[in-house]
Amino acid sequence: MSTDKQILTTPLYQMHLDAGAKMVPFAGYEMPVSYPLGIKKEHIHTREKAGLFDVSHMGQIRLVGANSKKALESLVPVDIIDLPLMKLRYALFTNKSGGVMDDLMVTNLGNEDLFLVVNAACKDVDYDHLQSTIGDDCKVEFLEDVALLALQGPKAHEVLSEIAPSTSEMTFMTARQLVINGMDCLITRSGYSGEDGFEISVPAKNAEELAKLLLSNTEVEWVGLGARDSLRLEAGLSLYGHELDNDHSPVESSLSWALSKARRTGGVREGNYLGADIIMSHLDEGAESKVVGLQPEGRMPVRDGALIEDELGNHVGQVTSGGFGPSINRPIAIARLKMKYIETYSKLFALVRDKKIEVEIVDLPFVKQNYYRG
Amino acid sequence: MSIKFSEDHEWIESHGDDLVVIGITDFAQEQLGDLVYVELPEVGDECSRGENISVIESVKAASDLVAPVSGTIIEVNSRLEDEPELVTEDSMGDGWFIKVKLSSPEELDDLMDESAYNNFIEE
Repeated sequence: MSTDKQILTTPLYQMHLDAGAKMVPFAGYEMPVSYPLGIKKEHIHTREKAGLFDVSHMGQIRLVGANSKKALESLVPVDIIDLPLMKLRYALFTNKSGGVMDDLMVTNLGNEDLFLVVNAACKDVDYDHLQSTIGDDCKVEFLEDVALLALQGPKAHEVLSEIAPSTSEMTFMTARQLVINGMDCLITRSGYSGEDGFEISVPAKNAEELAKLLLSNTEVEWVGLGARDSLRLEAGLSLYGHELDNDHSPVESSLSWALSKARRTGGVREGNYLGADIIMSHLDEGAESKVVGLQPEGRMPVRDGALIEDELGNHVGQVTSGGFGPSINRPIAIARLKMKYIETYSKLFALVRDKKIEVEIVDLPFVKQNYYRG
Repeated sequence: MSIKFSEDHEWIESHGDDLVVIGITDFAQEQLGDLVYVELPEVGDECSRGENISVIESVKAASDLVAPVSGTIIEVNSRLEDEPELVTEDSMGDGWFIKVKLSSPEELDDLMDESAYNNFIEE
């Protein structure tokens, strides 16, 4: 585990500098927020062609051992035991009060071997949590010396199939272990942009070679964390620390879809995870708040933290993520609102500096998700 | 006409009769990244040096425009409301922000000339 406080870099750090990236500290790492193309064009490029993201700061963990699936199930409200071979599932680490410690992707690699990808800012806490709760039931292996690249966009499958032809057969939320030019890659058809695409886990020593190979295709451009955020916001995807946190249940974060039927009330393996009573009561009886999309009127962005009021001045909630959607060329936001006002309001306003901006509740996502389901 | 620069990366161009046009420098524009919204003050507003008079929003964040001089705002570049990208494309020209009638013209003496500003941003 890397727990020292000095700033960390990914195996692709030098490539980012060479590409002219603007580097910023993020979750303890020096990361590229944008490249000379700029956030807007990087965003549009990903929607139209293919963007390459270095997400090596994220945590990669393996759970190995005969009881690994059962053990992980005790920490998430998600069906892991019946997760098919080489398939992915979105999951949440819950806490005792039903809140969310982190969200993660789980891949079943077979032979009782699970591969997890967790948020960079949470990875140390997640590792300790796994070790202290299920460390006796399976081996919790924090993968050092690995990089993670995301290739996202409508051209991603063409680009990747040129160097790894069998990836064209993959569908959304499936995984394959492949050797590309002698490099051991774990490839998942997944991502965080709302577009079709892949995430590729590769040994750190091969990261530059793989990135260069992908960038040699003229459809591919580096895309930084700035556009990664605007892409996920348009796609209505939650960000830990914003739409979900330790103080709100998955139901209050509008992530009920992620709670497997098998683990809900009346399911074959209901409950038996941290905070199950609270989460199941929110599912069955309703919760006090939820997360919704907001369309601000006009051009002024409404950002994280902006308070939401109704026409009577009642405090209705708060913006959890807000900014500008380059693909739709207007401000967009996601907010957590109290249910009792959602049922009664006639108009809602976001408070931005000294102004009241009218906002309308809209369906998420703002931009249609384009996943390849076969 | 002479151009001066502030430590907040604004340019201040004198047009005679204590009139100045104010915008942000190319350096500032590059630091901010793609602009998506500019909130301008009202014509007729008074501003004093150091006061936040405008908000510049990029995809990523909101930044304040700090008045480099004191005076009365006599004109704003309302094209920026619909075309904030003018600041990115032509920060020293079509991307100007406001025109101010100075109330304390001697404040101009505290600003940097071009070579001093170029040294300032290299530090």
